[in-house]
Amino acid sequence: MTEQLHEIRLTVNGAAHELRVPARRLLSDALRHDLGLTGTHVGCEHGVCGACTVLLDGAPTRACLVLAVTAADHEITTVEGLTEPDGSLGPVQQAFAECHGLQCGFCTPGFLTTIHAGLRDNPSPTHEEAREMVAGNLCRCTGYQNIVKAVERAAALRQAQGPAGQAQGPAGQGQVERS
Amino acid sequence: MGQPVQRVEDQRFLRGLGRYVDDVDTGPGTLHAAVLRSPHAHARILDIDVEAVLDLDGVHAVYTHDDLTGPMAEPLPLLIPHPALTHGRTQHALAKDEVNYVGEAIAFVVADDRYVAEDAVARIVVTYDVLPPVVGLEAARAGERLVHDDVPGNLAARLEQEVGDARAAIAAAPHRLELDLTIERSACMPLEGRGTVARWEPDLDRLQLWTSTQTSTGVRAAVAVKLGLDLGQVDVITPDVGGGFGVKVVHPWPEELLVPYAARALGRPVKFTEDRREHFISSAHERGQVQHVEVGFDDDGRVLGLDVEFWHDNGAYTPYGLIVPIITSTQLLGPYKPGAYRVVFESLYTNTVIVTPYRGAGRPQGCYAMERTMDAVAAYLGKDRTEVRAANFIQPDEFPYDHGLVFQDGRELEYDSGDYPASLEKLKELVGWDDFPAYQREMAAQGRRVGIGLACYVEGTGVGPYEGAHVHVETSGKVKVATGLTTQGQGHATVFAQLVADELGVRFEDVEVVTGDTRRMPYAVGTYASRAAVMSGSAVHLAARRAKEKALRIAADALEADPADLQIVDGVVSVKGAPDSAIDLGTVSVLSNPLRYAFDEASKAATQFSVGDNSLPPVPEDEEPGLEGKDFYSPPRATFASGMHAVIVETDPETAEVTILKYAVVHDCGHLINPMIVEGQIHGGVAQGIGGALYERMAYDESGQLLNASFMDFLMPYVTEIPDGIDIDHLETPSPLNPLGIKGAGEAGVIPSAAVFAAAIEDAEGLAIRAMPISPSDLHTLRLSQEHPR
Repeated sequence: MTEQLHEIRLTVNGAAHELRVPARRLLSDALRHDLGLTGTHVGCEHGVCGACTVLLDGAPTRACLVLAVTAADHEITTVEGLTEPDGSLGPVQQAFAECHGLQCGFCTPGFLTTIHAGLRDNPSPTHEEAREMVAGNLCRCTGYQNIVKAVERAAALRQAQGPAGQAQGPAGQGQVERS
Repeated sequence: MGQPVQRVEDQRFLRGLGRYVDDVDTGPGTLHAAVLRSPHAHARILDIDVEAVLDLDGVHAVYTHDDLTGPMAEPLPLLIPHPALTHGRTQHALAKDEVNYVGEAIAFVVADDRYVAEDAVARIVVTYDVLPPVVGLEAARAGERLVHDDVPGNLAARLEQEVGDARAAIAAAPHRLELDLTIERSACMPLEGRGTVARWEPDLDRLQLWTSTQTSTGVRAAVAVKLGLDLGQVDVITPDVGGGFGVKVVHPWPEELLVPYAARALGRPVKFTEDRREHFISSAHERGQVQHVEVGFDDDGRVLGLDVEFWHDNGAYTPYGLIVPIITSTQLLGPYKPGAYRVVFESLYTNTVIVTPYRGAGRPQGCYAMERTMDAVAAYLGKDRTEVRAANFIQPDEFPYDHGLVFQDGRELEYDSGDYPASLEKLKELVGWDDFPAYQREMAAQGRRVGIGLACYVEGTGVGPYEGAHVHVETSGKVKVATGLTTQGQGHATVFAQLVADELGVRFEDVEVVTGDTRRMPYAVGTYASRAAVMSGSAVHLAARRAKEKALRIAADALEADPADLQIVDGVVSVKGAPDSAIDLGTVSVLSNPLRYAFDEASKAATQFSVGDNSLPPVPEDEEPGLEGKDFYSPPRATFASGMHAVIVETDPETAEVTILKYAVVHDCGHLINPMIVEGQIHGGVAQGIGGALYERMAYDESGQLLNASFMDFLMPYVTEIPDGIDIDHLETPSPLNPLGIKGAGEAGVIPSAAVFAAAIEDAEGLAIRAMPISPSDLHTLRLSQEHPR
């Protein structure tokens, strides 16, 4: 028995990748193991913990609940795509570093992508809104105190950056890579 | 030291460039493993038919116990033997004839990818003779059914310790109380489960193993023994670890042996990554105990005699010995000094997942027993709960205080330092203890129920036997540090770099720390018992001092000065008061290693025609080449941190929901290396404690099925369950046992949770709380079952 493979194109952080995957391959596995983008972590594989959250056409999405074939032809942003083109940290990442918003770092990518989208939609969250923004992600290390602080700090950093800093994740080179 | 330095490890984590074990890329030839696990809690295996697997494309191997040979076929090691553990039992890497919990490994399949491996697992047909299981402590104690045929009464161990004559003291006391308490199971639940990758290197005849562990040296030794390899043939590398909290100190897991076993046999790298359901049913749990307390006390609430019996559910096997119940039995005493103390526990088998340390490691149960008792004494006497505690405190002038008991490390339970009255004063202030009764009355007038509770604990941290560190100053002046214990998010790369920067006199950013890599530091124990800062921190400090002393000797020679007149600042050695007479550490490193060959400009300075007194050996006697320092720290006993928590809760009169209004922590872990990191540890511990007190439990049914083995059903707190703000105050009572005066901080936040919430809910409701955790439906049931005084 050989599995049927499907040719798909995944556009991740602005770069297009062509790959052949079985229909059942999870987007999380395709990102991690086919494209080598291991920043997206898998904590539960049933959509509860949020560690695997990526942005699918800008919307926070659990990559463990999406088949890679269904993500074809959508724009995907992973944690790797939140870093600025010059390699420096984006505002949400920077805020996490300043506020000690992470310990083991395993859940962190899902928080970063979620907050990135959250602040795009609501650049000046109230304290309650900042808490709500991260209320769908599990962290077992930090007790969330510093994550909430990081949301508020990230909002401040984005505002200090002005419109440029508030653009959506930096685009890649647009080239097609074969995997 | 003492500065809230930002963490260096965050840079890779935040960019998605961390390397956790499933991220380790051993190349396209890597094979993936899946495990067939028992669906039954108790059964004999009559037959395993793997025929249907063999013709599946992409399957490379399937192993059952029959395929294992030599030490691999023997039971897994019993890691911590104890004379009282008369009936210790451990499982096999793959079940032999019998399974004793749902989730026990039976077969191991290696295939092209995990999907195919799981397809194969589904095709294996096992014929079982299903046996009645033993689930829960009541069934275990009844002993009518046995988990192991050769363990009568399901009794793995019985251990008794006594100081004075507790029963006589209770009998003679003016007042007596008895309490029956229970506490349920929870689990560590790191966001990253277990995982192991192995590569056998035929050209080098050695094994490389990456595993998500809290003890790389432990895994190394176990793998070497089980695979029949020399220790020197096995490298264990702990990559980034996505949380541990205790569960990953257990080793070797079956997969930690089977992965390298298959990798060597197949000549291909093999990877196993646990999924979440597997973590629930085949790693480890903790906490489950039933306790009976008898206490005798005087009119002031002073405990004259304390007699505690408890029953500890150790699950199906005892690989980690009696550590958890021993800690409960000793750390139960907290900051108090009862006149006489007797404790006896029975550790019992059940057909459930094994029980091994989870952050707090038996202390939350001990704290719960002791603090429930203190509250009961206060209620009986009509006294303020803080007064009763204060009457029982060990006083600051009584240290070192020897309880006369044997602790988990086999050493005396002797507290090194502390100031419990000062902590209590700080806590009362922080939470507003004295103002609370007025607030409670005010709320009651509005029909609202609020309650306050407090709980105190003492935590033996930094247990031995030892840790070591190696500090190497490169010729570039960069400093490379290695310590053998592992890191699961504690920020070791930052705090150990702080210590080296301070001691050696180099810039923080020039120090790079590696942990948990047996190639860099083969002698180490592991990260558990809040010991990393104390043990490796002290070792790193001592190793940096050795490197510094050597640097000063060499620099003194070069600068023709007395070493006592030299200083090292920002990586430059100079004569105090004569800044022009200076040499940087990189050059000192060059000079430390006399060379025959130059390989760059800097190294020319160390070649044989350039330096050295021709009448002396190039490397002085008692010296070694290289600017390095290595040292070990091995304390006589643990150092005892302490703390006190208070919480104010509101309970909903209709829904019985518990809302946290205020959470306050006073914490004493001696000197702080990095207060930001210590507070982060407390935040995380408090959150885990809230989960354990109000939400989390392991819902086993009578047939031994874990009904809530997913994050959908096992209710770990989100931010919505954690209070907005945790008030923390520090007391810094240094430890006299180590050069930095530090104590451990990792577990503290979780220890008093069950106790403090039971106290606060009891205060809000006027109901005796004797079972934790407590859900809204539990509280509702309790309300219905008792006459409500309010």
